[in-house]
Amino acid sequence: MLSARQLLVYGLIAGFVAGLLAFGVARTVGEPSVNAAIAVEEGAPSTTHSHTSSPAAPHDHGDEDELFSRGTQSTWGLLTATQVFGTALGGLAGLMSALAMGRMGRLRSEVTTAVTVAVGFVAAYAVPFAKYPPNPPAVGDPDTIAERTTTFFGFIALSVVVAVAAVYLATYLSRRHGGFVGVAAGSAAYGVVMLVAARLMPTYHEVPHDFPATTLYDFRFASFATQLTLWAGIAVVLGLLLVRATRTARTSVAPRELQPA
Amino acid sequence: MAQPAAVSTPTTAVEVPTISVRQTLPWLAFFGLVALIAMYFVGAEQGATHLISGAGVHEWVHDGRHLLGFPCH
Ligand SMILES: [Zn+2]
Repeated sequence: MLSARQLLVYGLIAGFVAGLLAFGVARTVGEPSVNAAIAVEEGAPSTTHSHTSSPAAPHDHGDEDELFSRGTQSTWGLLTATQVFGTALGGLAGLMSALAMGRMGRLRSEVTTAVTVAVGFVAAYAVPFAKYPPNPPAVGDPDTIAERTTTFFGFIALSVVVAVAAVYLATYLSRRHGGFVGVAAGSAAYGVVMLVAARLMPTYHEVPHDFPATTLYDFRFASFATQLTLWAGIAVVLGLLLVRATRTARTSVAPRELQPA
Repeated sequence: MAQPAAVSTPTTAVEVPTISVRQTLPWLAFFGLVALIAMYFVGAEQGATHLISGAGVHEWVHDGRHLLGFPCH
């Protein structure tokens, strides 16, 4: 039968495969906007983005003293990021699925996994995206990076905790009042708490006035597409592995009698 | 929470396997830490904070950090 360790291994495999897909999207859809933003940065060295003012983050986008070429950053560097992040995320998705499986009403394991990953995507990426949209190079004040990093991860942590509580609420109410009431109440509770939190937490407007809006939009679209590909890929591969495992488990009982050898 | 052995259980219900929480939590605690460290290196190392000096990690994963949605600089 399935074990937590097995779910972790399935998740790691799913995360690695989905990471490759996400790399493909980031490379083809995302890199043009990153390069366009770097071109803007180099064309107009604005006062709001002097990298030298932040000693903790000496940061170059194609200056003469760069550590890695743009060609390396946009291929092997990007691939490293998607594979490390994707595999870690896949493993977490596997273990969260292990906890959710068989505990969301009568949903089959692969459906439970898909729901778990979907909730994770909304809570850990999509909602934080709406509050703190990702920025391309040349956008963002280096003087506020420490504060922005703290609020960004704080918002994600809060969102994930509230989402887990909302899932508990949804499953609890589903048992008493049916699935529709349960899911609606859970979603509404999550939405209300996060709207209040988004209103209370600080907002940063740091896009330079002369930064092209289309480049900003293209970059954010590409970031969303990259993460959506990653999470969807994890849900599909993890689901396929679970379907295969449960099918083998079901059929592995009978053949023993057929083959006494 | 265990459902009472309901008399109305539909005969078509598929057996959904469950994995014990007590078996899963140690894995989640251990791997959760490993995963968070891995994600930290991709998303935040040598940004606002750093465990390794220099900018090598930051520059290597730079494009991924931007496109995965982390604050880069
Ligand atoms: Zn950057």
